[in-house]
Amino acid sequence: MAIELDSVRYRYAGSASAALGPIELRLEPGRVVGVAGANESGKTTLCLVTAGLAPAVIGGKLDGSVRIDGVDAATLRPHELAQGCGLLFQHASTQLSHTTATVFEEVAFGPCNLGLAVSEVVERVWWALGAVGVEELAPRDPGRLSGGQAQLVALASVLALRPKYLILDEPTSELDPAGTGLVADALAKVAAETGAGILLVEHKTAVLARIAQEVIVLERGAAALAGPAATVLADPRLTQLGVEPPAAVRLEREVRSSGIEWTAALAEAMG
Amino acid sequence: MNNSGRGPRNAAPAASAGAPADSGSSGTQGPALVAGRSGPAPAMLSPVVPSVEFDAVSFAYPDGTQALSEVSVRIAPGELVAIVGQNGSGKSTLVRHLNGLLRPTAGRVLLDGRDIRRTHVARLAGVAGLAFQNPDRQLFSGRVSAEVAFGPRNLGIRGDALEERVRAALDAVGLGGEAATNPYDLGYSRRKLLALASVLAMRTPILILDEPTTGQDARGVARVREVVARAAEEGRTVIAITHDMDFAAECFRRVVVMRAGRVALDGPPTVVFAEAAWPELRAAFLEPPAASVVGARLGLGSTPTAASLVAALVAALKASSRGPDKPR
Repeated sequence: MAIELDSVRYRYAGSASAALGPIELRLEPGRVVGVAGANESGKTTLCLVTAGLAPAVIGGKLDGSVRIDGVDAATLRPHELAQGCGLLFQHASTQLSHTTATVFEEVAFGPCNLGLAVSEVVERVWWALGAVGVEELAPRDPGRLSGGQAQLVALASVLALRPKYLILDEPTSELDPAGTGLVADALAKVAAETGAGILLVEHKTAVLARIAQEVIVLERGAAALAGPAATVLADPRLTQLGVEPPAAVRLEREVRSSGIEWTAALAEAMG
Repeated sequence: MNNSGRGPRNAAPAASAGAPADSGSSGTQGPALVAGRSGPAPAMLSPVVPSVEFDAVSFAYPDGTQALSEVSVRIAPGELVAIVGQNGSGKSTLVRHLNGLLRPTAGRVLLDGRDIRRTHVARLAGVAGLAFQNPDRQLFSGRVSAEVAFGPRNLGIRGDALEERVRAALDAVGLGGEAATNPYDLGYSRRKLLALASVLAMRTPILILDEPTTGQDARGVARVREVVARAAEEGRTVIAITHDMDFAAECFRRVVVMRAGRVALDGPPTVVFAEAAWPELRAAFLEPPAASVVGARLGLGSTPTAASLVAALVAALKASSRGPDKPR
């Protein structure tokens, strides 16, 4: 049980060079794998490939194999992919259906299309809205939300599908610190309680430090760093890879580089 | 109040700063730039920077949402102001009053003491440049260079001066090599830098940035920081909305905390992020920068930035002869 990428390379249709790869990835149920990297290092492409959408839906050329629970993703049909993998796009406006009058209906759109009983749909919608703390938005027009609110609604609409795997492309980019913390907690809870495996692309490394078990840092489509979150996020190469280290790591570095002796008391204060 | 002391070169009278009356001079020159066309060296620019005053500004959107309630903030020429607060606290609504995108439902917005109510938006555009949070609301050209040229062209800039502005603005955000690219072939983060460049090319005395660092990687954030630092050197006023408390503490001299349409805190980072202000910050759903928290734990006072934390540590270690483990 896992999504496994084995020696994957991918190039977009019409492009001469690979946007991704070579790369290995293993996303297991209940685990959060973080993805960081400079802009245009391949993070979004990794999301599309892991979800099985590239090349199945958008074309392009894939080498290597993407297996979802042991089945080659290339043999799955779009509706089968959609049921296994929930994908949250980077921008909420690309995600929302623009066909519904209320946030409630927007979040219900996915579960309805799974053919669930109405009572089950309703239960899932309230659960998903509650998970990201936006129940009060239920009667609102999805087209008239703030950037942060729209992002939370888009995330809720993916959570409501209760997919086995969640692939989230910068789900907190438009959120304030409180909203970011809320989403981080919600995702950790979803992974722990529903056993979903989560691939989380995130510039905010503090979020990864908080909820990811492993982190991959991409550079020009390949994994420049990969391993346990704490190890990768403390790696001195992070900054030159275009990734801002978590505040605690940064402060420790500043203190050490100023020649101040690093003591247990300091380490405790940083924690 | 809050004059940073960083010499905003503001000696010239306010007459050209977007005043409503002298519409006859709207021909070839940006309204508030004295030297914008005189030479190719942007560092030599000497913008006439007006003061900004929000005087008991209230604003309600047509659907009845009260976004601002009697906000009063005065910003001196050349100040660097970060506006922070929760999503929906009124930050974007506030700054949109500065370039006339919104007009207050009550209260006044003043530039150099003049109510801007009757100032045409086109004139305000030459005074206060606003880079939107979402670049796709701002970009429309088929070529990066045309996108950046649009603003200054509308200020009457032509020829070599225009080309120089476009090049300087693109270089400032690291897009110098993309002049011929279609903006929509750029990724989101670079479209956002492009939107920033298109505002920089206006060389407005007031620069307003709405969440400039979101969606940027570490390099992009560094670019944005450089842009702010350079604008500060040139004596411009920079007002930035941000959720990034490190950016606010490290790059700005004043932080305005908004909460539910009102100003909750207003002062230098050392005051706004000091431990005494944390309850108010947290009531606004904000957390102080990590350096503040560490400094407070170590009893070092208010240290909102890594640099101030290190300096306080060094000072404490020097002052303490009884072992470096316990500063102070």
